[in-house]
Amino acid sequence: MALEVADAASALPSIHEIKLASRALGGDIHQTDLSVPAVHCGGCIQTIEAALAKLENVEMARVNLSTKRVSVRWQGDEVPPFFATLSRLGYQAHLFDPEIHEKDKTLSELIRAVAVAGFAAGNIMLLSVSVWSGAEGATRDLFHWISALIAIPALAFAGGIYFRSAANALRHGRMNMDVPIAVGVSLAYAMSLYETINHGEHAYFDASVSLLFFLLIGRTLDHVMRERARTAVNGLSRLVARGSIVLRDDGTREYVPVAELMPGMRLLIAAGERIPVDGDIISGNSDLDCSIVSGESAPKTVSAGTHVQAGTLNLTGPLTMQATAAAKDSFLAEMVRLMEAAEGGRSRYRRIADRISALYAPVVHLAAFATFLGWMIASGDWYRAITVAIAVLIITCPCALGLAVPIVQVMAARRLFEAGVMVKDGSALERLAAIDSAVFDKTGTLTLGLPRLVNVAAIDPAMLAIAADMAAHSRHPFSKTLAGLGGFAGQPKLESVSEYPGCGIEGTAAGSTWRLGRRGWAAWKARISGKGTNGGTVLTKDGVIVASFVFEDALRADARAAILKLNEQEVSVQMLSGDTAAACREVANLLDIRRFVPDLLPSGKVERIETLATAGHKVLMVGDGLNDTPALGAAHVSIAPASAAEIGRNAADFVFLRESLLAVSLALEVSRKAGGLIRQNIAVAILYNTIAVPVAILGHVTPLIAAIAMSASSLLVIGNALRLEGFVRDAPTKTVPNDGRSNSSGLAQL
Amino acid sequence: MTTLAYLIPVALLLGGLGLSGFLWALKSGQYEDLDGAAERILIDQGDKPER
Repeated sequence: MALEVADAASALPSIHEIKLASRALGGDIHQTDLSVPAVHCGGCIQTIEAALAKLENVEMARVNLSTKRVSVRWQGDEVPPFFATLSRLGYQAHLFDPEIHEKDKTLSELIRAVAVAGFAAGNIMLLSVSVWSGAEGATRDLFHWISALIAIPALAFAGGIYFRSAANALRHGRMNMDVPIAVGVSLAYAMSLYETINHGEHAYFDASVSLLFFLLIGRTLDHVMRERARTAVNGLSRLVARGSIVLRDDGTREYVPVAELMPGMRLLIAAGERIPVDGDIISGNSDLDCSIVSGESAPKTVSAGTHVQAGTLNLTGPLTMQATAAAKDSFLAEMVRLMEAAEGGRSRYRRIADRISALYAPVVHLAAFATFLGWMIASGDWYRAITVAIAVLIITCPCALGLAVPIVQVMAARRLFEAGVMVKDGSALERLAAIDSAVFDKTGTLTLGLPRLVNVAAIDPAMLAIAADMAAHSRHPFSKTLAGLGGFAGQPKLESVSEYPGCGIEGTAAGSTWRLGRRGWAAWKARISGKGTNGGTVLTKDGVIVASFVFEDALRADARAAILKLNEQEVSVQMLSGDTAAACREVANLLDIRRFVPDLLPSGKVERIETLATAGHKVLMVGDGLNDTPALGAAHVSIAPASAAEIGRNAADFVFLRESLLAVSLALEVSRKAGGLIRQNIAVAILYNTIAVPVAILGHVTPLIAAIAMSASSLLVIGNALRLEGFVRDAPTKTVPNDGRSNSSGLAQL
Repeated sequence: MTTLAYLIPVALLLGGLGLSGFLWALKSGQYEDLDGAAERILIDQGDKPER
């Protein structure tokens, strides 16, 4: 539902915006990529492709069901009306940025590497089996030579990924898991080649290649999982304008991309559009939805002379404004700068795997060296000493350790993905498992940023029906709520309804004038008599109040349950908001949050989080607004709802697509379970080493033993990771909305 | 021993064929929409094939 909320608030993208987001394919052919989250079956493919192909100038439309995208190729200057067509069919579509659409190079490299390594590992293993089962003399040499040849492309292609990563780590004076892998694999290959040339008995080609194969599978799965999450997040609607219509001095209008907007330009902002840059209003009256910018839940009335911030949504009337800052100096860019400055805990965080390998690699390499020295002293045979030392390196090559962490994180990410929580990267899971306090934003996070009528029971249904009828003509949030409450049929029919931006709606029915809006404007008789000067929304008949409406911000589904759950999980919860103290207190009381701070500026939120961090707390930030973005960056780990602004979604480590706030506690639960499994897996890997290393040091390891030991430990680790599925199986029933909302969670079905 | 002289090349050739087939399929975009491909088989495309 949160998705729909975000969508409903914005109008269809203008023709200019579509053009800006299209790619020219040569000639006058353009390609536009749309994200259509609701696509979910073969029927959708057919409906969409057939409908779009029928449009004039559309050359081709193709749906990608996996990524929920539609690419449309069209020709000519006129943009075909595909947004209107799609929404007529019942599909919400968002424009997709061409730059994000670039093909995923890393993924195809990884898949190719897996294919090559798999081919090599399979064939070498076949030859090795013949050697183990007794091939001798010339036959064995032949098999070794063929194995050596097959291993070359595998090492070059698949091993290259590890060699580059290891070299990169060493160059920066760091240590990662790829260093011992690269050293082990290349030494094993070199020694086996030497053995082969000298008609030796033991060659480890199978060990080095199958090691690469196993590790690459883990790495590829990890990448696929992250990419799926990222694709889903990128497919959400944009909340920032791509450009704006500029009114030139000679009266011409031109659509200009945001980056080219200059201070002093006059911009036309239609109702339903976002303000692209900071500026002052020159003419027009309207209401602005500032919730995503400042966290204020109530819309703000603006008129000529008011200063407006980039990112706010123009609700009711057209505005002409003068830009006072370029996009790079606007509020939005300021937030990005604050975020980069605040980037604290997460850039300093070192992943578990890296911390282990910093200890592991030196220990292993020293052990191998000590083995070499020991055998040199004991037997004086340098060939034997080197062979045994390399066998130690091969047996300790961190196959199980290299899989121990990523495989659990893949399982956890998959589990969360099914529940509609997107995990951007594995380190986020590790960081989330460590938190002890959670900080929530109010508007848009704990609440939906959507008003709810509180006093329905006190209002005459006939009056409510008239108000609903009138409200259907406006996109003001209060009106939308009222419009949804209509349904009584006996009300007089409205004639000539018109909206007065910043004031309300006026209509005539059965000879009298009805007004719905601000008390001071609608109830003009009451104003004269001096009564009712306070605010609020009222319905008046010929200037006399007949109904008044009290709104409050609707809470996000399961907000209370989620906070309770977090308390159970021993996380202390706070609320930081840019909204007024009164609005905050109300929500805090409803949700039983004891600590809250109102009226905070974006930098204030960052300061609060940094104070907590210096006190030794690991802070989770959950927020959606532009004003939360720096705080999302400053926190140890961060979660944003799908309705958040783009930069917030990009800054956050997790994005949850469904409305329920229980996603937060589920993510915490899964990440803690995953943390436990990771520790178990590491223990398994270390146990394996403590058994295998003495055997190797004593010189009893043959290629057969190495192959069995390495595969067995890897399988053990993978099997342990799979237990995560069973652990949290009971949870999804709680997170999936149980009423007819499944339509809106189309994205989550991805 | 002489059988190996042609059996091993044949085995490697067949394996290599499979590998190159996979790489070709990957390159030509057949793995880009696995879910869609599964559903498309049920769609009656009429007489105008797409792409």
